[in-house]
Amino acid sequence: MQLLAFILFSTAVYADEAYNVLLDSMKDKNFVTVERLEQDELQEFCSQPRSASVDQARAAKLREAALKGVLIPKDERYLGDWQLGEKVASNGRGLQYSDDPEQENGGNCYACHQLDPKEVAYGNLGPSLSGYGARGQSAAMLQYTWTKLWNTHAYNVCSHMPRFGAAGILTEKQLQDVMAFLFDPNSPVNRSQP
Amino acid sequence: MASRIRIRAQLKDDYCEVKALMRHPMETGMRKDQSGAAIPANFIEDVQVLHNDVVVVQAYWGAAVSANPFLGVRFKGGAQGDVVKVVWRDNQGDSGSGETTIR
Amino acid sequence: MHKGFIRGISAVLIGLWSAMLFSETDGVFDEYRAMLGDDNPAIFVIFDGEEIWFTPAGPKSASLEQCDLGLGPGVVEGAYAQLPRYFADVDRVQDVEARLEHCMTQLQGLTPAEVHGKPYSLRGDLGTELEALVAWIADQSSGLAIAPMQAHAKERATYELGERLFYYRAGPHDFSCATCHEQAGRRIRLQTLPNLTTHQGAAEAYSSWPAYRISQGIVRTMGWRMRDCMRQQRMPELIMGSEATVALQTYLAVNGAGAPMAAPGLKR
Repeated sequence: MQLLAFILFSTAVYADEAYNVLLDSMKDKNFVTVERLEQDELQEFCSQPRSASVDQARAAKLREAALKGVLIPKDERYLGDWQLGEKVASNGRGLQYSDDPEQENGGNCYACHQLDPKEVAYGNLGPSLSGYGARGQSAAMLQYTWTKLWNTHAYNVCSHMPRFGAAGILTEKQLQDVMAFLFDPNSPVNRSQP
Repeated sequence: MASRIRIRAQLKDDYCEVKALMRHPMETGMRKDQSGAAIPANFIEDVQVLHNDVVVVQAYWGAAVSANPFLGVRFKGGAQGDVVKVVWRDNQGDSGSGETTIR
Repeated sequence: MHKGFIRGISAVLIGLWSAMLFSETDGVFDEYRAMLGDDNPAIFVIFDGEEIWFTPAGPKSASLEQCDLGLGPGVVEGAYAQLPRYFADVDRVQDVEARLEHCMTQLQGLTPAEVHGKPYSLRGDLGTELEALVAWIADQSSGLAIAPMQAHAKERATYELGERLFYYRAGPHDFSCATCHEQAGRRIRLQTLPNLTTHQGAAEAYSSWPAYRISQGIVRTMGWRMRDCMRQQRMPELIMGSEATVALQTYLAVNGAGAPMAAPGLKR
């Protein structure tokens, strides 16, 4: 028990030290402040190598909290305009100190995912989403995808994907448009041949 | 620091090696700015390398050459102390030049 | 021709082309690098850097000739390869930029504000003095093994700190360095991402900075690269020569230790 306490304390101390060093090593720039260096519980929990073992009990609690925090659109209207969604997926700007805070943020989906098979400039940090619409538009599928976009940690704690809804990166409207880009049979994600 | 061409000329074995870095946007004319208007073409069309005022290399460039072109050429017959000059002219009538001595 | 046939051929061709593009995503650029051989536009920046080192400047009208980069005052050859390292005169571990700041303030009388004012070029700039100095200093270690000092307790502690910072997730996107640099075979859009937790990935990265950035037409330093990564991670501005940047660079240098320095490198 004492050993456990010591290990937890050490981890907490290390986290504090890293935070303090960063505070001393960074400064506010334009609208981006050092406030961003403060970690929330999830970030702190996930600040370790992928290979490190995970406290399953804590992970379960974080997963639950993430799921609970998901905001569903009114009347469960999940799908917007895929043409606008495509723009959101291609737009890599937003929230950097070099960005214009008046402009809307992008989702930068192509940084990590393949989407329209005709688009060759895609990353592979995440799985390919080409043909995503083939899964159909059941209530379960729509809800699952929305939740994943809103806060991926509801299903996959410590995933590398940003919390597009929960962190306020994308608006509800933008998320609806991205959903359409993924699901609409007319969307290039589903219609294009490679 | 705002020179348009940096040049270096070195004797190697039986030839002289010239390297030059030119500062030029090399705009193709195909790019559009924020408002959607095309950015005018602005690229080097003509490059000459001269050795003691004699043209040893004549190059014709176009929009396919990238910004800040880096040119490397070799020619025979140079000697230490000789003057090497690089001159360029672009499609808008602007020009730049620089010279150095062979080391 | 039959539509399906055309589609089929197109699919195969695009597949082949994509495969060529992705089998070694940097393949086309490697060809370009091979064509250039030893050539690198950075040669001109290196000349500038050497000149700046020997030119008196600042209120004290002194050059940087007495600057100690770890191997004794004025010894530049081989110094970059052993950084970051502990310096007793400041009782901390420093990278090349922190050390240059020390020398510029102590030897030349510049104020920290002056040194930090504009260390890195902005878009459209033709290069800063710091970038030129680092290009020359790094060139003086070209071919030598990366060998950051790890004898002093503070040097080792700096490595540990660097590793923790590497995994530190923060900001609206929850990004850490590990988000992009912890796995093999990854790329963001079409830019390959070295796995910095391994020797090979870290060596690739650490040995090739500072580098001539073709798209920018200037030399960029490792310190700049760290700052720009942080910007893209949605973090605030990383201070040049600060503890965090020194720690992260130490993490890379130690992971890549043994591999030969090849800077200034050439990058897109």
